[in-house]
Amino acid sequence: MKCLVTGSNVKVLGKAVHSLSRIGDELYLEPLEDGLSLRTVNSSRSAYACFLFAPLFFQQYQAATPGQDPLRCKILMKSFLSVFRSLAMLEKTVEKCCISLNGRSSRLVVQLYCKYGVRKTHNLSFQDCESLQAVFDPAVCPHVLRAPARVLGEAVLPFPPALAEVTMGIGRGHRVILRSYQEEAGEGARHGLGQGAEVGWDGAGPRFPPVAVPTDSTVKAMVTEMSIGGEDFQQLQAQEGVAITFCLKEFRGLLSFADSANLSLSIYFDGPGRPAIFAIKDSLLDGHFVLATLSEPDPHPQDLRGPELQRPAPQLQAHSTPHLDDFALDDIDSYMIAMETTVGSEGSRTLPSTSLSPGLQPPCSPGSHSEEEDDTEPSTVPGTPPPKKFRSLFFGSILAPAHSPQGPSPVLAEDSEGEG
Amino acid sequence: MKFRAKLVDAACLNNFTRVSNMIAKLAKTCTLRISPDKLNFVLSDKVANGGVSMWCELEQENFFSEFQMEGVSAENNAIYLELTSENLSRALKTAQNARALKIKLTNKHFPCLTVSVDLLSVSSSSRVVTHDIPVKVIPRKLWKDLQEPTVPDADVSIYLPVLKTMKSIVEKMKNISNHLIIEANLNGELNLKIETELVCVTTHFKDLGNPPLGLPKLCWKNVVEVDILILFLILEEMLSAFHR
Repeated sequence: MKCLVTGSNVKVLGKAVHSLSRIGDELYLEPLEDGLSLRTVNSSRSAYACFLFAPLFFQQYQAATPGQDPLRCKILMKSFLSVFRSLAMLEKTVEKCCISLNGRSSRLVVQLYCKYGVRKTHNLSFQDCESLQAVFDPAVCPHVLRAPARVLGEAVLPFPPALAEVTMGIGRGHRVILRSYQEEAGEGARHGLGQGAEVGWDGAGPRFPPVAVPTDSTVKAMVTEMSIGGEDFQQLQAQEGVAITFCLKEFRGLLSFADSANLSLSIYFDGPGRPAIFAIKDSLLDGHFVLATLSEPDPHPQDLRGPELQRPAPQLQAHSTPHLDDFALDDIDSYMIAMETTVGSEGSRTLPSTSLSPGLQPPCSPGSHSEEEDDTEPSTVPGTPPPKKFRSLFFGSILAPAHSPQGPSPVLAEDSEGEG
Repeated sequence: MKFRAKLVDAACLNNFTRVSNMIAKLAKTCTLRISPDKLNFVLSDKVANGGVSMWCELEQENFFSEFQMEGVSAENNAIYLELTSENLSRALKTAQNARALKIKLTNKHFPCLTVSVDLLSVSSSSRVVTHDIPVKVIPRKLWKDLQEPTVPDADVSIYLPVLKTMKSIVEKMKNISNHLIIEANLNGELNLKIETELVCVTTHFKDLGNPPLGLPKLCWKNVVEVDILILFLILEEMLSAFHR
């Protein structure tokens, strides 16, 4: 593979890498016929991001040397990002960027041709990998919003940078409403997923650090709501009352890219629990961020204008936890399972249908307890992991659709420590 | 208990925002006292090793075009609320391009100060940002601790020099020492002094006026030692709040 990027496109590429770095720790690079794809997924598999740069984006684009299979590789995001870390430097001094990968060498070579005859060569180690594919289709989403990135940027401006999740929906009068989403403080001590909490994995499933959520009202967080008229949107096809909650930090990654490239951003979504697709497109590239949304068992969509939203707790806290077990396969990077959520009030708690194997279905016991209690009290036996708030998206390997191994497959297992 | 107020003037909003920013920088939580004519911000940081205690009074009619309140009772016609200062300043920050700002006391499962901002937008559509700031209503029995402090009779009272100058001097001094000595007399002279093992630096100000005191006093110096960082913060905030 060999690609040559010149001029201002170098900065565009750099910005895309910055956006991707907000999502995951590993970058999957795959040269395809229709362009170079850069993809990543986050560690909990609840966010997937992909940029596809068309061949015209490059001054020179060669997906694979003739006769050879196209190479796919996975690089540490930090390593790749370090090449493009300073966008100002890219803009001012870099004239060309050449990315090449040949099967013989074990290094991805990124060369920056800078002013004054300076050439910087980065040799990045990589791992071979299967293709990272997410199964999603904007066309099946019933609701669409489209607006210039600037409008959406202004919409998220009132929210603090540290805010993790935001609820977006359609309010009365066809207005788009964004509201900060907070973990609700319940009576008594409760295990809450503190913002920015580290999720630890052990054999039994995720461990969440217990966070005693205070009930003192001044320590409660401020709730911010932004309401924008539908006229500011280029497309607004959604019913009033529909709302989804997703990770704002991850969304901001794509938003900043779209804003700098002056593009419109489309949001395709369905109901709570179903992944939301954020897409940008122009003639030379397209980008997709697929983010999981909070699910709720209550089939009634939240009324963003009504007082119910101020206390979304009971509905939103209930969450299916069967996927805890899925993470046992986390070591196997190359195999990921597509997960389709089913619609309906029981949807959030039924297990995915087709592509999931029996080996993944039974949740680990603490998980199933909290699943049972979801309807009533969110607080469970101390020590059990609280209901995990996000649905996880799993991505199917296009090579092996319906089978999931019960345990690590010797062929596909990779070193967890990539020494490169 | 009821409170609603509306602010429409850009300059008033700007000043109100600056005051709120100043408070946010001085302490994490503050008390807001609402009475028919005034709004007060009270900080009473009774920290052992020093700290700032502050009483700030705003005449409501200088800021709000509409102001209605009903206190706890007819005899005690005031509302005391405790809130996180940063929340208010953050809420006001989003109101930079506001057509109008409304504040009211609401109860959304817990008491809140709801700040609602009508933003000016380039397009025809209206944009509204609403912030619900959680507050704690302070019971009447604690009100006595939050009254206007009485300034004791002063021995020396002096007008400070141009704040900008004083701030930049204090800023340089804070790199050298943690404590600042202030000396002043009734002849309009003020000294700012820092003393360390290696160096002693004094800045002298002359011809500053003295506001009239209650009782005539003999002319003698008074010396006060203050925590320089706090003095610096106060100067900085006074500058940003009241200086254009």
